Amino acid sequence: MKVQIDPQRCHGHGRCYTLAPALFGEDDEGYGQVIGDSAVSPDQEHAARLAVSNCPERAIDLVEEA
Amino acid sequence: MTLDERFTRDFRETRGDQPLGTRNEIVTGPVSDWATDFSHLEPEWAADPYPIQDDLRQRCPIAHTDRFGGGWLPTSYEDVAAIAYDTERFSSRSIIMSNFRPPRELAPVGGTPPISSDPPFHHDARKLLLPVFTKKEVARREEATRALCHSLIDAFEGRQDVDAAHEYAQHIPMRVIADMLGFPQEDGPRFREFIENALEGVNRPPEERMERMALLFDYLLAQIRDHVDNPRDDLTTYLINAELYGRKLEPSHVAGTMALLLIAGIDTTWSAIGASLWHLAKTPADRRRLVAEPELLPTAMEEFLRAYAPVTMARLVKEDMHWNGVDMKSEDWVLLSFPAANRDPAQFEQADEVVIDREVNRHVAFGLGIHRCVGSHLARMELRVALEVWLERIPEFTLQDPAAVTWAAGQVRGPRTLPLRVAYA
Ligand code: HEM
Ligand code: HEM
Ligand code: SF4
Repeated sequence: MKVQIDPQRCHGHGRCYTLAPALFGEDDEGYGQVIGDSAVSPDQEHAARLAVSNCPERAIDLVEEA
Repeated sequence: MTLDERFTRDFRETRGDQPLGTRNEIVTGPVSDWATDFSHLEPEWAADPYPIQDDLRQRCPIAHTDRFGGGWLPTSYEDVAAIAYDTERFSSRSIIMSNFRPPRELAPVGGTPPISSDPPFHHDARKLLLPVFTKKEVARREEATRALCHSLIDAFEGRQDVDAAHEYAQHIPMRVIADMLGFPQEDGPRFREFIENALEGVNRPPEERMERMALLFDYLLAQIRDHVDNPRDDLTTYLINAELYGRKLEPSHVAGTMALLLIAGIDTTWSAIGASLWHLAKTPADRRRLVAEPELLPTAMEEFLRAYAPVTMARLVKEDMHWNGVDMKSEDWVLLSFPAANRDPAQFEQADEVVIDREVNRHVAFGLGIHRCVGSHLARMELRVALEVWLERIPEFTLQDPAAVTWAAGQVRGPRTLPLRVAYA
């Protein structure tokens, strides 16, 4: 599984990098950024889902790898 | 233009030729029907707006009023979100629903950028502030904020009866923002007056409001001049030196942004801290659980922000249009109730209950879209630290008398007197 942020929708609420700091970071203006290769390890799945379900802008997607 | 020239004259003198905006007759008094005559300034709304909003959401999801020269009140999450995102048709030229509409010529900058700005100017004005308010930047203030919270409790420790709004919640954002702007600490109480005028004094006579507004700007100008003479590492100096489109900011932009930070940062956070303590004082089960499980606080705090969202904004309709079943007229207000959106059962399960371990919480207490609260990371830090320190020092507290709690009227809602009976750890 991978996470991605739609930069058009993200307005920097920072819920993602607060709830899943291993997966997301903030840029210099506070917008969310996916860390590393965006792959979600099994132990990070819960954190990833929390980020998705708390992003007020619905900017985060979890995508199953093909 | 040199810095000195920018700030030696009072910039308001140069505004004399500007059009004055429009005023309408001030209508106050009991509301006949909330669907056709709503007013967020009446005591009934201040005391408990939620039943009113819940009722409207069911029977009239976009309510209307002739007060304030005409306005609308959507109460569903979907409508509030749609309007927040639609900056083409809804302007932020004024975000306080009152009896005064600032002149159209003020757009897209507005009196207090970036909150009063529309695209495309908004983006640039906002960009100036973002780097100073990131989560990482505000984390540098956490230690000082924690020490401040402890010192506030030290000051009343031992006393059984405490007004948590006046003696605790209020001081925290006031001191934090005064420190960030580099204002003298002892000036804190004066900000309180400025804010009261801007947010709660909406139905006062215009002459009185203008006089009070002038006091705020006299104060800000004095601070700016002092910072021009003695630059330091703070937000005021940062704004004085900031550049937009290759030029230093207009003096009115510098002062307007400072006013906005004072006004947007204090009442709001004060309200959030107060409402959270109010909830815990009247809900012993939640209070005990948070004392026993402090790691739950970040989650619980988001739920307090959802259920007691302190901030409602406004927009002005740009052109006549048919919108979701109603006929909106150019210059009509829209009262953009983030609190009502946060309690829409179509969006939140158990919307009218406070569930302190709620896992799915896309609340909109800090707004949606391009105007997302610039101070949200600062506000969250302050709220978390304020509650952590309080619960650690004062694990037991109850309301002295539920009827003695008073709430601010207007677009920022929170307890203004909160008499508690407390027991120290
Ligand atoms: C719990 C406390 C707070 C709440 C609930 C809150 C809420 C909001 C909301 C809902 C907006 C959106 C306005 C709109 O859509 O028109 C906003 C904007 C803003 N807030 Fe806050 N706020 C809080 C604290 C703060 C603090 C501490 C600061 C800074 C010191 C701040 C500065 C701002 C600024 C500058 C904007 C304008 C952003 C823009 O228009 O781009 N706020 N706030
Ligand atoms: C440039 C200097 C400014 C002047 C001369 C000025 C003057 C005024 C006047 C004449 C009113 C109308 C009062 C009424 O009839 O109801 C008003 C309203 C108001 N002002 Fe200011 N103001 C200035 C800047 C600001 C700033 C920087 C803020 C900061 C947030 C602010 C916040 C408000 C608010 C919230 C209202 C309520 C009504 C509204 O504009 O929607 N003003 N001001
Ligand atoms: S929570 Fe959503 S809006 Fe906020 S930073 Fe993350 S992706 Fe962006």
